[in-house]
Amino acid sequence: MTATDLFQRDRTWHPPALTPDYKTSVARSPRFALLSLQTSASELTGPTFGHNDIAPLDNDLIRNYAHGGDPIGERIIVHGRVLDENARPVPHTLVEIWQANAGGRYRHKKDSYLAPIDPNFGGCGRTLTDENGYYTFRTIKPGAYPWRNWVNNWRPAHIHVSVFGTAFAQRLITQMYFEGDPLIAKCPIVQTIPDPRAIDQLVAALDMNASVPLDAIAYKFDIVLRGTRSTYFENRPEGN
Amino acid sequence: MAQPLDYLKESPSQTAGPYVHIGLAPGDAGFDIYAQELGRDIAGPNATGTPITVTGTVTDGTGAPVKDVLIEVWQANAAGVYPGAGEVEEGFRGWGRVVPDFDTGQFRFATVKPGPVMGRNARPMAPHLNLWLVARGLNVGLNTRMYFGDEAQANAADPVLNLIEQAQRRATLIARADGSTYHFDIRLQGEAETVFFDV
Ligand SMILES: [Fe+3]
Repeated sequence: MTATDLFQRDRTWHPPALTPDYKTSVARSPRFALLSLQTSASELTGPTFGHNDIAPLDNDLIRNYAHGGDPIGERIIVHGRVLDENARPVPHTLVEIWQANAGGRYRHKKDSYLAPIDPNFGGCGRTLTDENGYYTFRTIKPGAYPWRNWVNNWRPAHIHVSVFGTAFAQRLITQMYFEGDPLIAKCPIVQTIPDPRAIDQLVAALDMNASVPLDAIAYKFDIVLRGTRSTYFENRPEGN
Repeated sequence: MAQPLDYLKESPSQTAGPYVHIGLAPGDAGFDIYAQELGRDIAGPNATGTPITVTGTVTDGTGAPVKDVLIEVWQANAAGVYPGAGEVEEGFRGWGRVVPDFDTGQFRFATVKPGPVMGRNARPMAPHLNLWLVARGLNVGLNTRMYFGDEAQANAADPVLNLIEQAQRRATLIARADGSTYHFDIRLQGEAETVFFDV
């Protein structure tokens, strides 16, 4: 078997493990350095998903949990492409999202924020990118919510995003923020990312061209996964 | 100035947060939404090889269980073949999602024992599960491996275990065998901190 290798992950672009202003990281961050591994089949292969795994409505958060009505809030479209670091589209890959409702409340048995649950909003969706790496979701703009860190911390409106790619070592979870939100600059979780250009990469742009007049406003959010190297390594059969 | 290299940058990671289950395992968040939740069955109905159970707890630097962790497993089948890299049994996905009990933090999952897989430079790797951990407080998902305590000979020759300079830390990646059940605790920090990889 031959497989393409991956570009090294730029650990200075990602947040470090220990970020004391995000307090939970203090007791949960490894103290030893990560062990650098040259990738093998264990890292360069990964699970694949098809249209049998998901349902057509799964990417419509306005409808996929509706119990006789529409969810409350600003109707939005979130769309974009999954690319790799070579700017090549990543087709047929699974994108999963989850978020709070318009009031900033999650449908989760551990969320006890006083904002109400929306009976028509579940808060998760999933889809496969098309052959050009495009994906689209329809949802409700999530509200900001307070969280226990400093006495008065608020998360900016955000959507959590999970993406696969083709290799298990491309696995990524991140968060999408909304252009113009003043809470972005004040959030200790956002600010775990040291480089402001990297933060900008997580801020979706208002996209009037993709909005549906009199219906839903759009945001564009491209996601970039690690690139694959065009040089190959070869696993020679044993004994050669 | 040289010409710019027009590569894109990988999107930076952000923590999965405490409510990762809503997106990746909504049944565990407490609601029923999808006709089919993904990752509930790693090996499928037709897998050959030895059925096994894996149990353990993820703990933080104070020794407290990390109850909101979500673990993804990726493994080869009993013949050492990853799905997508060769023929595997019908329904063998080799991938799954593991959520611990919210009260105790203990996780448990069932699969089949993988076979050895060829590593780089034609050096076989001992049987192992690839694990990826996300949770509140983890800014970037953590990669590690679980090896099997009853494979001492293969483990001793494993090229990845042998990369670990401090030999006593290799034990952090080896699950204790108890019949067909394997116990594997993951320590994010502190005494016997698990070895995590930059892959
Ligand atoms: Fe959140």
